[in-house]
Amino acid sequence: MGLRQFVDKIKPTFSEGGKLSFLHSTFEGFETFLYVPNTTTQRGAHVRDCNDIKRVMIMVVLALVPAMLVGMYNVGYQAGIEGILPAFWFGFLKALPTIIVSYVTGLAIEFAFAQKRKHEINEGFLVTGLLIPLVMPVTVPLWIVALSTAFAVIIGKEVFGGTGMNVFNPALLARAFAFFAYTPQMSGEAVWYADGKTGATALEQLATTGDMQWSVMDAFLGLIPGSLGETSTAAILLGAALLLFTGVASWRIMLSVFVGGLAFGYLFDAVGVTDYPAYYHLLVGGFAFGAVFMATDPVTSAQTNCGKWIYGFMVGALAVLIRVVNPAYPEGMMLSILFMNALAPLIDYFVVERNIARRKKLIKNVK
Amino acid sequence: MSKNIKLRKGLDINLAGKAEARLEVAPMAKSYAVSPLDYENVTPKLLVKVGDKVEAGSALFFDKNNPRILFTSPVSGVVSAINRGEKRKLLSVAVEPDQQQVAKAIKVVDTAKASREEIVEMLLESGLWTRIVERPYGIIANPDREPKAIFVSAFDSAPLAPDYNFILKEEKAAVEAGMALLARLTKGKVHLSARKSAEGYMSEVKGVEYHTFEGKHPAGNVGVQIHHIDRIAKGDIVWTVNIQDVAIIGRMLLSGKLDMSKTIAVTGSEVAKPCYKRIIAGAAVESIVGKTAENVRIISGNVLTGRTTAADGYISADANQLTLIPEGNVYELLGWAMPRFHRFSVSRAYFSWLCPKKEYKLDTNLNGGERPFVVTGLYENYLPMDVYVSYLLKACLVKDLDKMENLGLYEVLPEDLALCEFVDPSKIEMQQILRDGINLMIKES
Repeated sequence: MGLRQFVDKIKPTFSEGGKLSFLHSTFEGFETFLYVPNTTTQRGAHVRDCNDIKRVMIMVVLALVPAMLVGMYNVGYQAGIEGILPAFWFGFLKALPTIIVSYVTGLAIEFAFAQKRKHEINEGFLVTGLLIPLVMPVTVPLWIVALSTAFAVIIGKEVFGGTGMNVFNPALLARAFAFFAYTPQMSGEAVWYADGKTGATALEQLATTGDMQWSVMDAFLGLIPGSLGETSTAAILLGAALLLFTGVASWRIMLSVFVGGLAFGYLFDAVGVTDYPAYYHLLVGGFAFGAVFMATDPVTSAQTNCGKWIYGFMVGALAVLIRVVNPAYPEGMMLSILFMNALAPLIDYFVVERNIARRKKLIKNVK
Repeated sequence: MSKNIKLRKGLDINLAGKAEARLEVAPMAKSYAVSPLDYENVTPKLLVKVGDKVEAGSALFFDKNNPRILFTSPVSGVVSAINRGEKRKLLSVAVEPDQQQVAKAIKVVDTAKASREEIVEMLLESGLWTRIVERPYGIIANPDREPKAIFVSAFDSAPLAPDYNFILKEEKAAVEAGMALLARLTKGKVHLSARKSAEGYMSEVKGVEYHTFEGKHPAGNVGVQIHHIDRIAKGDIVWTVNIQDVAIIGRMLLSGKLDMSKTIAVTGSEVAKPCYKRIIAGAAVESIVGKTAENVRIISGNVLTGRTTAADGYISADANQLTLIPEGNVYELLGWAMPRFHRFSVSRAYFSWLCPKKEYKLDTNLNGGERPFVVTGLYENYLPMDVYVSYLLKACLVKDLDKMENLGLYEVLPEDLALCEFVDPSKIEMQQILRDGINLMIKES
């Protein structure tokens, strides 16, 4: 228990009245990270499930790992590096700075806000901090990563009251910010690639020419250009399996996003607007990544079970609609999820209103 | 006329320390207590002082909000203490029992012939009226009102809950007499709900609407049963009575005197030999479990909804169970990242799904810090009612009375949300939030 004694010894310094009390939330954050606190139940149920938000968030981080690893390898692969390990190492070195910058910027802001509000530090950013580098091109300048992370955390989350109160998915907001504020660095034909090689992504090729130069298998495995984490549908599905098995993400949303996307994909294919199969939509761009990790964010998605079906379907359908109908803007998933984030409370409102109506009907039946 | 209702939502938490079907008689306690804190919304006004001699059934205090409601001593003896807390708030009235127990003579009426008012008077005088709970709000029934129906649950599905078929094995006549009395209190029906698999005489009780329920906890919660039998709409009033209390009422009708003895289950992983014990209501904890070890949480009731009491405390009036579990006031290194095989979780982020039969020895650790509402769709799986838990709780938090009413405040009591509170990874104090919401509603209406 040497470590515990050390923590207990330095605790007073950080507690109220101590020299470093302005770092109280930060200290507490690290302490609860190290040790599950000895708090016991005071009111209500005397025993509690051992699941907590830390565990929930860490499950999402774990689920992101396959997509991240394959993405790192892909960065090296796209740069033309031979061999699995050298290619991965190349991508790892490229991606690491973005990941560090995103975490450092975001956590610093989170800690500052937690201290100011005298809250405990929320674990949500553990996920957001990894999501941001995964939805950015690996070549994006670090200052853009820092700036968009700061924008997402402050404007996207803290102004609404912090974790659990935000309307928009912070990681997507970071990407949207970078995309609209620094378009040349974020899109167009010159990015998505590692050093020295440029070219259009599969998504842009589909939008402009109606076909792509990569095989379906390459697109499924993730050997196509794109943002760090979004290319490998296979790795994303592995993460999805973990999220669904542990019950962290809603299967209703995930399923209905894919159904919505496929439905509209088939529709456009059938009426001849597009001439590639509907499932291409699920393989290229950020569709799968968005469906599994972004649309299922419990805070910004619909909260009622019925609402989740509607929300998910609309996310998938809108994403394909934007992709197909607006070729100037090929990546529809980001906008589609952000748009549905804004609509989710409205969907829930109508679902809850139906519940209220059922309850009111009860009164009439009685009298 | 029986109807089977199958519930798919809920959870049975498999705890260590189930009471075996063996009855022991607890020795006479050094003192017995009646506490206004066992009831919601009661403002007590004392009728006795320390040193007064009382009989079993003598009033100790009454409720200022409704002076007809008397709280009576379960035993005869001498008032030994009036325990007060901050601002002289009355905590309990303790009575030291006599060697020879004398019960106050109660004028027992014939429930078949007497008027409803005479029956009500008899219950009020004996103090047994306090055992009738009124919904909405879960308060002591208002004797001036008449409920739409009365509901009795013949089983408890909470963790380590007592088996009423065992407790009331010999009391069929008393249960029937009690039910007959309840039938006189309402023009509507008296609903009796039992577990489908249960054996025993409950299905033979006459004059009631008999229902059976299948499913996990909270299938035994009377609130859940009401929701599926005859939902509470705005303006409705229903009453509920615990089945053992029905038997106590019936016993008084048959014997002509108040006898507050009851059987409770003594359970939990910190009890050496969990079994059933015969006690008198309000007994000191020490007389039931003897000396208890340090660092043990003594719960009057079950682990989800019971009240914390102390080694020198008393069992509360409504408890049919005493549960002893270890306190969890220890730090756990990197606990949230560990496999935690010995702990229970409904989430497959842990491994308890691998061993569904395992009996868990859970402690009182909160297992995390309190967070805002983050997860969705989880709570609804543990409340078999058409109620949106997080929306209702948020309405309570922002004190929006209309929303609270619209979202089902009249249909639930804190006990119904206990499972949601148990599974919640955000560790939100749902029962307290709902109770505060209900109390606000009482105050405003």
